[in-house]
Amino acid sequence: MSAVLEPQPVPAEPVRRQRDYINAAYTVKSWLLTVDHKRIGLLYLAGVTVFFFIGGAAAVLFRLELMTPQADLVESETYNKLFTLHGIIMIFFFLVPAIPAVLGNFLLPIMIGARDMAFPKLNLMSWYLFMIGGLFTLYVTIVGGVDTGWTFYTPYSSTYSNTYVMATGVGVFITGFSSILTGVNFIVTTHKMRCPGMTWFRMPLFIWSHYATALIFVLGTPVLAIAVGLVAIERGFGIGIFDPRLGGDPILFQHLFWFYSHPAVYIMVLPAMGVQSELIAAFSKNRIFGYSFVAFSSLAIAVLSFLVWGHHMFVSGQSIYGGLIFSILSLLIAIPSGIKVFNWAFTLHRGTNSFYTPMLYAMGFLGLFTVGGLTGLFLAAVGIDVHVHDTYFIVAHFHYIMVGGTVMAYLGGIHYWWPKITGRMYHEGWGRFSAVLVFVGFNLTFLPQFILGYLGMPRRYHVYDAGFQVLNVMSSAGASILGIAYLFPFTYLLWSLKYGPKASENPWGAVGLEWTIPSPPPTHNFARTPVVTWEAYEYPRSNPDEVFE
Amino acid sequence: MNTEFELFPKAASTTAPPVDALYMFMVGLTVVMSLFVAVLVISLAIKYRRNNLGVNRTQLPTGIKTELILIGLTLPVLMFIFAWGAKVGFFLMRPPANARAITVVGKQWMWKLQHSNGRREIDALHVPINQPVKLTMISQDVIHSFFVPAFRTKADVIPGRYNHTWFEATKPGEYRLYCAEYCGTNHSRMIGKIIAMTPGDFANWLSGDTGDEAPEVTGAKLFEQLQCATCHKGGGEQSRGPALEDLYLKPVALADGSTVTADDAYLRESILRPAAKIVAGYQPLMPTFEGQIDEEGVLHLIAYIKSLGGAGQMPEETEPGQADPQAEANTAGENTSAIPSPEQNPRGEAEDNP
Repeated sequence: MSAVLEPQPVPAEPVRRQRDYINAAYTVKSWLLTVDHKRIGLLYLAGVTVFFFIGGAAAVLFRLELMTPQADLVESETYNKLFTLHGIIMIFFFLVPAIPAVLGNFLLPIMIGARDMAFPKLNLMSWYLFMIGGLFTLYVTIVGGVDTGWTFYTPYSSTYSNTYVMATGVGVFITGFSSILTGVNFIVTTHKMRCPGMTWFRMPLFIWSHYATALIFVLGTPVLAIAVGLVAIERGFGIGIFDPRLGGDPILFQHLFWFYSHPAVYIMVLPAMGVQSELIAAFSKNRIFGYSFVAFSSLAIAVLSFLVWGHHMFVSGQSIYGGLIFSILSLLIAIPSGIKVFNWAFTLHRGTNSFYTPMLYAMGFLGLFTVGGLTGLFLAAVGIDVHVHDTYFIVAHFHYIMVGGTVMAYLGGIHYWWPKITGRMYHEGWGRFSAVLVFVGFNLTFLPQFILGYLGMPRRYHVYDAGFQVLNVMSSAGASILGIAYLFPFTYLLWSLKYGPKASENPWGAVGLEWTIPSPPPTHNFARTPVVTWEAYEYPRSNPDEVFE
Repeated sequence: MNTEFELFPKAASTTAPPVDALYMFMVGLTVVMSLFVAVLVISLAIKYRRNNLGVNRTQLPTGIKTELILIGLTLPVLMFIFAWGAKVGFFLMRPPANARAITVVGKQWMWKLQHSNGRREIDALHVPINQPVKLTMISQDVIHSFFVPAFRTKADVIPGRYNHTWFEATKPGEYRLYCAEYCGTNHSRMIGKIIAMTPGDFANWLSGDTGDEAPEVTGAKLFEQLQCATCHKGGGEQSRGPALEDLYLKPVALADGSTVTADDAYLRESILRPAAKIVAGYQPLMPTFEGQIDEEGVLHLIAYIKSLGGAGQMPEETEPGQADPQAEANTAGENTSAIPSPEQNPRGEAEDNP
């Protein structure tokens, strides 16, 4: 980080060598004991980046293995540990924290005109819990290995697996508290720390979606902790909870697990939707069309997300009438999701659209999220789900949401706020090239998996029938493109820290409180508490001869 | 069996066409809607690009009307998908009454199947075409899932409880059977095949002399070996356990005042954990058999109890070849010639076209 701080003459800009949050102090201690939400955001950025590339490396390995139908690169046990590592690391240690803990931490207080989170020390504690849980889980899953899949289905996980289930559970359990504390912090900060004039309906949609996410963090994560804890109790003490030989019920675990883990899908995608709203508004210079509908759709998704877990269990012997209720509730989520997609599209109407890197990611998000959402409808319809359940169709569907949606938005957001976070601009040409490459690599990886899934290839298969090979090779080829495409931003963003041109206060000409303060911001964000008298996304009309209304 | 490159799976059961019809509708909807969104986004993005100075940029008021129209257009489509999905779902999940009964026990990492005449198979299942087959499935260890892509059939095979699925093959041939629920190291090797045969071939195959005894015969031996008759000797006021004759699918009054039906699940529980439900008028004396009988043994004992008569049973009077389609699938004394012809199938073609 110190590279950024080397004083360089900047002839074009007025010299404003203020103290900012990065050059405020240089010691390691000043980072590890910081209570500045911006620094904590950067600490999270370092953490999730490490987890992302380790989880990605596991994916590259098993995609290589799947180039051929036979087992040739690794043994079945290793293969099972690899996909488990990929799922656990990517979900609990990348997708869940990525946007809220990095961008949310950095931006939430600034966007509402606050100087920090409501509970700065709690915020730091969240990071420590996250890193302790994450590094412990990483150690366990790499050195020992766990082979249950990220879903930990009982009684396999609680009784039969002889891998490190307990230790992994402990890691996930600890990290859960990080989510809960972050959620509490977001909720209280949003309620209590808004600056004068920042009414609920003047808040950026980024805040709305993070507020909805925080609600799920607080309400859902304890249930996951309970489920994991019960697995540990059964495994450790032989108390019958899930294993029928001990008098337990294996399906009970699925209820508990999906009661958290379906909302968790929305933990992963709601913040992405918030980023998406910011990107679309900034690069169309338009107010988000249907602002209040987009805002409330986030809350609607958060509420509905708790009522749909049973659609993971249509073939588990659940009553068909129970299944139908979950089916109809799951389908209803398409309404708030559709509202968002179409309102983002309508925002481009009569906008002043430019196509910088973040906007390319935003447009990619729109396309991929739409496909992911529509294929979700297949799974909500009982008649199709029976066939495609636990096949590659599911794998393709949730990667369209989580990678096509969340990772695209995360990368778009990182690029968009990079000048604000670091005070440097990245190379635009490389940025655009990488965004297109990610889009192409992603589709080549996951489109064939829809076809594989309907053909009947089950997920988590180490060896498979020869007829599936062509599509698997296509998918693996796409995965290697995707893997390389992710290395580009990593490289040129790091490069920009030293060699990138200095960023102005507001390089995109965007509105929003974060663009009214220096880049990078001073430690206390605002020299004077802002007073908001304008609506969110109140862009001036760009045609100079038009009357601004 | 999935050795050739394909883009669409073979359809070899009565359940495949309705599932495929709904699937193709959904694929069409996805393609149309995705293209619509893509064209909308790209055309708006380009038309109102920054450099295009000749367009009107006066912002439209954000109308609640647009949103209501959006909801109004989406909701009926969703309800249509729901209704169609539910209709296909009911068809997939409700076995017809005249289905041929087969039991499946899943264990790491093999499928063990038994026909009602006793013939056993491992990792393979022979079935006649044009006759519904109902599988009663249970796992010996972890959760598995019985998945035949060509039939669009899947159901989890769960330890501790019976789950059911059914299918009716329509084309002779060999089809792949997969385990679809991750079950440990060799999950991807827990595969098998379904061999669909013409009824004549199947009858020949089934009657082949393998020495496999009928499940109720095995069950009777097990009943004797475990000395169940000591208490369940039938009738008699002085019996320590309730009589098992004429019990199957009959209501049973319990000590706590409630009533249960003596179905497979109840019988299984009462064998393995007798204390769970005590029959009215008896003491909880029976020892648990949990861990002493494997799932196949339990199925055999249930088959034996079934053979002692009960509701929906067709005792000795039933003549071979006159199977009543309304009757519960009967394991006792079933004859291969009892396979109903396709004409007797109560489900018509209408079911295939939702």
